[in-house]
Amino acid sequence: MDIFLQQIFNGLTLGSIYALVALGYTMVYGIMGLINFAHGEVVMIGALVALAVMAPLAGSGLPGPLVVLIGLAAAVLVCMALGATIERIAYRPLRNAPRLAPLITAIGVSIVLQQLAMLIWGRRYHSVPRLLPDAPHEIFGATITEVQILIMVVAALTMAGLMLLVNRTKMGRAMRATAESPAIAALMGVDANRIIMLTFVIGSGLGALAGVLVAANYGIAHYHMGFLLGLKAFTAAVLGGIGNLPGAMVGGLLLGVIEALGAGYIGDLTGGVLGSNYQDVFAFFVLIVVLIFRPSGLMGEKVAERA
Amino acid sequence: MSTDRGLLDVLNLEVNYGGIAAVKGISFIVETGEMVCLIGANGAGKTSTLKALARMLPARGEMRYGGAKLHELPAHALIGKGLALVPEGRGVFARLTVAENLDMGAYHRSDEGITADLGRVFDLLPRLKERRTQLAGTLSGGEQQMLAIGRALMGRPKLLLLDEPSMGLAPLMVQKVFEVIRTVAAQGVTILLVEQNAKLALEVCGRGYVMESGRITLADTAKNLAADPRVRVAYLGE
Ligand SMILES: Nc1ncnc2c1ncn2[C@@H]1O[C@H](COP(=O)(O)OP(=O)(O)O)[C@@H](O)[C@H]1O
Ligand SMILES: [Mg+2]
Repeated sequence: MDIFLQQIFNGLTLGSIYALVALGYTMVYGIMGLINFAHGEVVMIGALVALAVMAPLAGSGLPGPLVVLIGLAAAVLVCMALGATIERIAYRPLRNAPRLAPLITAIGVSIVLQQLAMLIWGRRYHSVPRLLPDAPHEIFGATITEVQILIMVVAALTMAGLMLLVNRTKMGRAMRATAESPAIAALMGVDANRIIMLTFVIGSGLGALAGVLVAANYGIAHYHMGFLLGLKAFTAAVLGGIGNLPGAMVGGLLLGVIEALGAGYIGDLTGGVLGSNYQDVFAFFVLIVVLIFRPSGLMGEKVAERA
Repeated sequence: MSTDRGLLDVLNLEVNYGGIAAVKGISFIVETGEMVCLIGANGAGKTSTLKALARMLPARGEMRYGGAKLHELPAHALIGKGLALVPEGRGVFARLTVAENLDMGAYHRSDEGITADLGRVFDLLPRLKERRTQLAGTLSGGEQQMLAIGRALMGRPKLLLLDEPSMGLAPLMVQKVFEVIRTVAAQGVTILLVEQNAKLALEVCGRGYVMESGRITLADTAKNLAADPRVRVAYLGE
């Protein structure tokens, strides 16, 4: 078996998910300079809502992919509503407050969502029914499953759709204009509140999709899965250049691959001292390196210091 | 019964920054079809006045535009009523193309006339047509000013507020920009022009107000202002 290629496949699968989540961070940052630390929890809620819908339908005789689609639709709707609510209740009142206030609020929202999920779904790990075709295929000595292919294709199509929306539609133009200057965009008739809420809604929808994909990939979901995933996706966004959409995608894929390769080779590199359970270390190593050597990220513009 | 006379009626307008008064209770009027200028030195409060009108700053006093009380409207509702501001420093969207900037100008519209208006803007400002796929941030200062004006025209304004369109431009470009403004006025757009370049402003406008440290100190026809010794000494460099 070719470990290198194998880990590239695994990394791209994971990276597609990071990219989807990273887009949520980067879109919100781009438009209002806020790091929405609650975003990872939205992803978690998406996974658990989808699971709650899919579990009872799993044995009903409906085809598996249809059940996943229904679960996904529920997750996306719930998360979009959740994103809009968070923006309206937690962030909008602080729009003109010093930057530290919404940042601390974001951490607060994140704790609230996690606790809420714990109350609803408990502390245990839920296994996600295998509803998608996951037959393995052999390519150049490495294995890729149908679920993995599906995850990459769905993520790629979704991101292409997002780029079209942002770059080719009137609404996307208004989003970019608002990101540059809400005051000037308002002179053109753009209601910044609407655009900001829309940004949260789209980001949360992408997050829900990512939550469902990650649950489908690992077959497991739990109330604190959003924390680490969120932190890594945030790292991916910083790696790509926060505020930059293509950057979030590239950063996500790159981080996924770095992590997977790291996990694949860490045993050899350390003479067996560290095992693949140290995989999580790589993301934060990358974050530190980026912050030291290229704080504006791979594709980001130089940004002024923002507290 | 309304006692309004102008398209724009401003009464006792005050703008404060923290405790600092920038505009100290000014009143003025702009009638439909007029071209009026507000001149004054740097720091007189001209930009603050325009920003208050465009609802970009909190302000006290009365601002009536058409039948509407401006302080009851959010900033993003103004262009739909025909009130446009070309802000100080142009305010083009640097990371959008020229064409996208112009499209933004028509953001509030959904009528059939947008394409025709784009054609008219390109006729008036042919340079923008040449550069329409370029990012606005890569344009020269003069081109950006043209773009800011073109973008405002895409909104089909009835009243155009212009904040120092000559600022930072080479004399030849200033001439060009003012020619454009004159053409726009001739097409029936009412204009309130803020300028430090008093000479030019008084040449193109019918009436003018002189602003000094937050107050209007003189109000007259442009002709009379240009002949006024106080204006000549303070603003025309004599
Ligand atoms: N954001 C601000 N904060 C505090 N003071 C300001 C601000 N903007 C303008 N001022 C002050 O208000 C006064 C009027 O400024 P402004 O309206 O920009 O004048 P003008 O456009 O005539 O040059 C000046 O004294 C200026 O320093
Ligand atoms: Mg000014």
